[in-house]
Amino acid sequence: MKELFAILIGAIFVENFVLSKFLGICPFLGVSKKTSTAVGMSGAVVFVMVLSQAVTWLVNHYLLKPNSLEYLQTIAFILTIASLVQLVEIVLKKMIPSLYKALGVYLPLITTNCAVLGSALLFVERDYTFIEAVVFGFAAGLGFTLALILFSGVRERLETCDIPKAFKGMPITLVAASLVSIAFMGFASLIIP
Amino acid sequence: MSVIIPVAIVSGLGLFFGVGLSIASKVFEVKVDERIEKVREMLPGANCGACGFSGCDGLAEAIVNEGVAPDRCPVGGASMVKQISGFMGIASGEVVEKEARVMCDGRFDNIQLKYKYEGIEDCHAANLLSGGAGTCNFGCLGLGSCKAVCPFDAIVIENGVARIISEKCTGCGKCVEECPKHIIHMVPVTSGFTVFCSNKDKGAVARKACKVACIGCRMCVKACPSDAITVSDFLAVIDPEKCTNCGECAKVCPQKCISDSRVRVTA
Repeated sequence: MKELFAILIGAIFVENFVLSKFLGICPFLGVSKKTSTAVGMSGAVVFVMVLSQAVTWLVNHYLLKPNSLEYLQTIAFILTIASLVQLVEIVLKKMIPSLYKALGVYLPLITTNCAVLGSALLFVERDYTFIEAVVFGFAAGLGFTLALILFSGVRERLETCDIPKAFKGMPITLVAASLVSIAFMGFASLIIP
Repeated sequence: MSVIIPVAIVSGLGLFFGVGLSIASKVFEVKVDERIEKVREMLPGANCGACGFSGCDGLAEAIVNEGVAPDRCPVGGASMVKQISGFMGIASGEVVEKEARVMCDGRFDNIQLKYKYEGIEDCHAANLLSGGAGTCNFGCLGLGSCKAVCPFDAIVIENGVARIISEKCTGCGKCVEECPKHIIHMVPVTSGFTVFCSNKDKGAVARKACKVACIGCRMCVKACPSDAITVSDFLAVIDPEKCTNCGECAKVCPQKCISDSRVRVTA
């Protein structure tokens, strides 16, 4: 239980996927303009991450490891995640249309979210058990949510600021992102006993 | 031999997922009504969201599935409504084309300023500072938040008051939602005489705030031959459905806050 808690806190704050591992920067910059879209995207990411962690763990443990084919992880995981997202989309459309509508366009976008693949490759590196891997995926998703919502708040404020012309748009966004990232470095020394 | 196993595993995975997906798409197939596609093509495709749905796709679905009237789309105009109604086999009814109108004439020569506003050019921000710089707390702030959201460039700010250019306005209603003072209203394009005031204060207070404020004196109510005017909260409101554009109200108004928007000359 203690280990799971350590993984949870670790993945949300200490090694936040977006702000200290720099994974998933594309959606981080792309859909953080408004808090409402940021929440939609984050919900979809948490959902897919938990599912994909579970499935990729099974693929890795029962298919790749016994045949010592660890070098195929990247391609096998991409294949798995992409099909999984498609499958989730099809099933949701039929079974839970309300959730499908709420996640909307963000669900297919996640297929190419490197944070999902990154978390899959990381649990292999760290030799997590099934439960640990799923918790890790959930926590990484929460970390992504935290980063995205915090940053969308920053960006909404930037909208009304008097920004020099040369910095308008993407430049000031990147500067702001780096500052938020520096703030998260403060968590780096947070070690859980 | 060592080559075959990895190749087999990866292609096996691919095959498994491929077959799985195609089976899933058959099992979980959601039948899409082909009428939605056709109605979608008839809509303007501007995706402005003025109908209240998430773009034209959303409205098309609502028209087909929930029986929403096609005139929810204010942009397409009468011809589009007729086309969709014909396709869906429903009576279109009389289509009332609407446009937005700013119910305020608090130009700088009609009001005084409480203080000098030097913040950002945004009505919402100015509104937070004791309801804006002008003496009238109901009036237009003139900082152009409505102008910024107008997708059709139909709004100009003249002498501190927003004015909507009737020819350019499509009636999408975005400015109505944006205005923090809620003084932009949707009215039928045929309606002429309008009370250009939103002040709900008592007569004396309103008169102090603005030279052309409605003081709720009921002169127009008495003068109106078709009972189209009502006064509530010391503010006259003209019901465009009853109004015949006779102009009697504008003649008797002591504050000159009623005028014909069709011939209105602004500063």
